[in-house]
Amino acid sequence: MAAYIIRRVFAAVLLLLVVSAVTFAIFFLVPRLGGQTLDSMAAQYVGKSPDPDVIAAVKKNLGLDQPLYLQYWHFIKGIVVGAEYQFGPDPVTCNAPCFGYSFKTHTEIWPQIVDRIPVTLSLAVGAAVIWVLSGVATGVVSALKRGSIFDRLSMGVALAGVSLPMFFTGLVVLAIFGNGEYVPFTENPLEWAGSLVLPWCTLALLYSALYARLTRAGMLETMGEDYIRTARAKGLKERKVVVKHGLRAALTPLVTIFGMDFALLLGGAVITERVFSFQGMGAMAINGVTTADLPKVMGVTLVAAFFIVLCNLLVDLVYAAIDPRVRLS
Amino acid sequence: MSEVDKKKSPARDASPGSVPAPRDASDDAKEFLSVRNLSVHFDTDDGLVKSVDGVSFDLKAGQTLGIVGESGSGKSVTSLGIMGLHTSERARIGGEIWLDGEELIGAGPERVRKLRGQKMAMIFQDPLSALHPYYSIGSQIVEAHRVHHKVDKKTAKKRAIEMLDRVGIPEPQRRYEDYPHQFSGGMRQRAMIAMALVNNPRLLIADEPTTALDVTVQAQILDLIRDLQKEFGSAVVMITHDLGVVAEIADSLLVMYAGRCVERGTAEEVFYQPQHPYTWGLLGSMPRIDREQTERLVPVKGSPPSLINVPSGCAFHPRCPYADVPADNITRTERPELKPAGDGEGHYSACHMTREQRDRIWTEEIAPKL
Repeated sequence: MAAYIIRRVFAAVLLLLVVSAVTFAIFFLVPRLGGQTLDSMAAQYVGKSPDPDVIAAVKKNLGLDQPLYLQYWHFIKGIVVGAEYQFGPDPVTCNAPCFGYSFKTHTEIWPQIVDRIPVTLSLAVGAAVIWVLSGVATGVVSALKRGSIFDRLSMGVALAGVSLPMFFTGLVVLAIFGNGEYVPFTENPLEWAGSLVLPWCTLALLYSALYARLTRAGMLETMGEDYIRTARAKGLKERKVVVKHGLRAALTPLVTIFGMDFALLLGGAVITERVFSFQGMGAMAINGVTTADLPKVMGVTLVAAFFIVLCNLLVDLVYAAIDPRVRLS
Repeated sequence: MSEVDKKKSPARDASPGSVPAPRDASDDAKEFLSVRNLSVHFDTDDGLVKSVDGVSFDLKAGQTLGIVGESGSGKSVTSLGIMGLHTSERARIGGEIWLDGEELIGAGPERVRKLRGQKMAMIFQDPLSALHPYYSIGSQIVEAHRVHHKVDKKTAKKRAIEMLDRVGIPEPQRRYEDYPHQFSGGMRQRAMIAMALVNNPRLLIADEPTTALDVTVQAQILDLIRDLQKEFGSAVVMITHDLGVVAEIADSLLVMYAGRCVERGTAEEVFYQPQHPYTWGLLGSMPRIDREQTERLVPVKGSPPSLINVPSGCAFHPRCPYADVPADNITRTERPELKPAGDGEGHYSACHMTREQRDRIWTEEIAPKL
């Protein structure tokens, strides 16, 4: 088990290196393959009237004139030990972990990410709790009362929930309830929850609809299994048959999907954050993209990739705990 | 003779609402399980599926009844009906099931649940899918015990290990922790049996318990069931399509076709004096090791009938080589009653042919080829 975890962590680090290399290549190699010169890339940071001398200086400061592998090495080294950026007359120190330095806003990337993670985390965790509880409960009842009015009604709502795009439901919610500012948890837990209720519910609607349908399908399948008949043949009460024997097996595939959904949200609930004007990771990514602030986009991408790799590892561990047939080796 | 016995035979047209045939009160004392005119119908979009249509039998404690028939003949549906395990809302169950003097079909589901696993238990065909893959063998047996006994986990565990040991699982203390996938097929079925017998049930229903197992293991499992039956004195219903299995274990036999009983009697009677062409067909399609293998096995020709549109008259007539032996096309128009057939008192068959016709065909045409 321990050996398995160590091996998986090692593989995860390797995977993140690959992801960072690919991301790096997309931002610094692909434009040049697409015909951009070093000068034109540097010119983005200069302003409206490019002066060849200034461009040359920026190119040197950004390290664009160095070979690509050295630039990448510099970036990775920065994450581990920190880096120095030459900008203007004085060098700028970027402490480890240095995920780059934005030449557009003259700020380090990492502190911005640290600022925004709690917002995204609050949003994702709260929504996840709501959608898992409501989705699974609805799915179970629907499966047990298959064909009933509750089943039809909830599956209808679920279909609507899956179909309605976030920016529509979000805007409707906003129009009805108005907008609130995000309050950090450490400041006032009650107001924190209050500020998040609407985004939570909006986000959860989308997912709980999906989870209700998945749970229902899983329960319908599981309740037809032979071991359910065995459980009944033992004389177990129906509630125990459903929860202990049925639900546990039906939920296993949901663990995988949940790990993926949750990890993606940690990388930023882009639309939700946008609609509710929350300054989370998703908003940062959009901001980085629209202002062509490459280090910012790189930073968000790597953090998002980190969460996905982490959640996948956790899913595998949880899976082995749930299903004894899965042996970690 | 036929007048007296007619009273005991099931009503001809069994529908869920019909009044079951009166029971002979003197039988109650002896019979541990009495099934009277049991019908299990399923309401489907295509029509009413008559999976079991008027089946009756009795079983004494310590005795084994074999129910044989093809797939879809209603064997398993009958057994699930006794256990009260037809949970589908579309199932319509009629008739009477008397277990140790208590009627089960009219009893509430909660009452039947309490009897399940305690007074009557069941083992299933495929132990791998019948055991829950996520729980250890031991915990599943403990669960079965604790449903009906208010004992602490330690006592229940002791009992479970005892049962595993009793059914012949080596190192039961260690294997207690194992999961079903870590057991071999035969061991899983042993564990299933341990689970079913953990509460000393007085009725054990075994639904094709050896079908999914290797031939060598089959005999071991049958021996085990027979030994345990002697030890606990339980009544056993053995459901199988394998006549070899019932030949080894059953005291009496019930042959089912299209949800109906076509022949029943002691195992000896049914094997050596079968009184129904379908039984002849089953015997003819059974491989035998004590005969020279000069001829091919003879399958029962045709395929099992639809249970929605059961053939008129005798359900077996489309496949019966002797359907035209009785006069006036009666096999196609009238459903044959279960009538006393052989020499034995409890030997019944549902066939329109006369005893003389059947005896002639059996001795001249069928028996020499078996």
